[in-house]
Amino acid sequence: MPEIAPLPRDPVDIAKRPPEDEGHLRSGNPLVFYESQAKRVWRRFLRHRLAMAGGCAVMLLLLMTLLADLITPHDPLALETARRFIPPFTDSTFLLGTDEMGRDLLSRLIYGGRISLVVGMAAMFATVVTGLIIGLISGFYGGRTDNLLMRFTDTMLSFPQVFLLLVLAAFITPTVISIALIIGLTSWMEVARIIRAQIKHIKEQDFVLAAFALGSSEMRIMFKELLPNAIAPVLVSATLNVANAVLMESYISFLGYGIQPPLASWGNMLTNAQAYFDTATYLAILPGVMITLTVMSFNFLGDGLRDALDPKLRM
Amino acid sequence: MLQYIVKRLLQAVPLLIGVSIIGFAMMHLAPGGPLAIYTLNPTITAQDIERIKHVFGLDQPLYIQYLKWAAGMFTGNWGNTFFGGRPVLDVIMERVPATLLLMGSSMSLAMIIGMLIGILGAVKRYSVFDYLATTGAMVTLSFPTFWFGLMMIFVFALQLGWLPSGGMFTLGEDEDLLDLLQHLILPTVVLALVLVAQWSRYTRSSFLEVIHQDYIRTARSKGISGSRILFRHAFPNAVAPLIALAGIQLPWLFSGALVTETIFGWPGMGRLFVDSLTMKEYPVLMGMIMFTAMAVIIGNLLADVLNAIIDPRIRLN
Repeated sequence: MPEIAPLPRDPVDIAKRPPEDEGHLRSGNPLVFYESQAKRVWRRFLRHRLAMAGGCAVMLLLLMTLLADLITPHDPLALETARRFIPPFTDSTFLLGTDEMGRDLLSRLIYGGRISLVVGMAAMFATVVTGLIIGLISGFYGGRTDNLLMRFTDTMLSFPQVFLLLVLAAFITPTVISIALIIGLTSWMEVARIIRAQIKHIKEQDFVLAAFALGSSEMRIMFKELLPNAIAPVLVSATLNVANAVLMESYISFLGYGIQPPLASWGNMLTNAQAYFDTATYLAILPGVMITLTVMSFNFLGDGLRDALDPKLRM
Repeated sequence: MLQYIVKRLLQAVPLLIGVSIIGFAMMHLAPGGPLAIYTLNPTITAQDIERIKHVFGLDQPLYIQYLKWAAGMFTGNWGNTFFGGRPVLDVIMERVPATLLLMGSSMSLAMIIGMLIGILGAVKRYSVFDYLATTGAMVTLSFPTFWFGLMMIFVFALQLGWLPSGGMFTLGEDEDLLDLLQHLILPTVVLALVLVAQWSRYTRSSFLEVIHQDYIRTARSKGISGSRILFRHAFPNAVAPLIALAGIQLPWLFSGALVTETIFGWPGMGRLFVDSLTMKEYPVLMGMIMFTAMAVIIGNLLADVLNAIIDPRIRLN
């Protein structure tokens, strides 16, 4: 039985805890609370070191995606059979080496990353839009509509996502957009639940009642009054959704139902790498490292955003 | 209690109906319908397809087809496989034990390790260990399962040669328990990885909530030892809500098992699903989707009922 440390006493605990709200001190007057919501969120976010690191990594990845054509040293599809299986860091023209067909690994990683990130972002967009619409309608109208939509949400949550994704992927022609769409259509449930809860809460507030009293249309109330006030928690969920979508894309591409070769994605690069596993292990290591780094960056970013937006939700 | 269980069972009914409607819709969404596979076979003419359609009742209105299909699901007639014509339910059922073994061992491993990490993290909050554990959990949650599996095979099977790289038994040898255990280790660890991270995170926050309550302080002031407080006073209250986590993890567990089984050639349901996908065995695929969704619904139901039985703080209505 290991020696259990004494439970932390409260004062020590508070002293160790990162200060939450010293914003008012900066105004020079301890009685003046002078900080906008956005500023406070930003300050809290800056203090979250891992989230900052995640945010920077996400920026770099996005930059890499945007500039892929400029920064890749070779054509990712160019075959050069004379130069197969060059290990990483041994050849100055092929920095990370070449694969089983003599294609430059660095270029393929960059282009593969472009595909993975585009799928991730587009899937997140599809997720958020679907979730927003269902959550908004459900929370706004309540009653039977709400009941029906929430049962539908529960039903969708009962399916293991990878099973559903694979069956859908087998039905359709896999393209970047169709893959993103099916990932979005199988992962909107959480966003819908969050939005619904928010809307139900906000709907009861005075400014919404005022809008009703002024005769605003339902559409106007939904999109101008309710939605802007319910969007903050969705931001967190959206970020974590990119991480999940990148993972899902790699799963289905790895199993052969996602992005099709010769187009590179981190997932299908791993499928090919399996065949040369014991002789050219680097082919299997590098795409996996990239997936892990990307997913991790979005996870840390989302976690930091959650802490910044609502410190009560801290894990 | 009985009333609660009956109520929860009744709530599961619309869910199951929803699951069946979506499953049915997906089967008929396939371009060309469930018989699309036959059109690829040159020995089968258009007339043959019409005849098969009639035999299977596919020329009837959709709602009648659905009702027949649903009645079949209900009575255990899940259709037959395209190749071989075996009953789908039999084909699935013979793969269930292998998957259950894998999922059960991973879940147990993940719960034990995850809870230990979570408890230590909560007791030593903001310590180096806690920091490493919470960061480590985030990193672990970001691993693609299949890639982690490949890396484990590389290190422990190819490089060190300690463990077999795949399968359930060594080919050509008698099936004994030791052999099975050796084959079980790597897939179990791979599948458990993400679960450990989740269990440690949830355990940590649940314990943090409990150990700052008044009754724990009272116990401390009475001079009860730290470990006794932790395991006798805090543990039951902190762990009871976590039972629901096991239910929540079920859909992921099935997905993870699919990927793990593919990597390790484990002859379970996940492998069956991937194999059926390559052979376009829609009856099996639909059967598997229905089976896993039902397992998830029933699993969640069990978790909630168990939670209600164990935790007297939960009011049953």
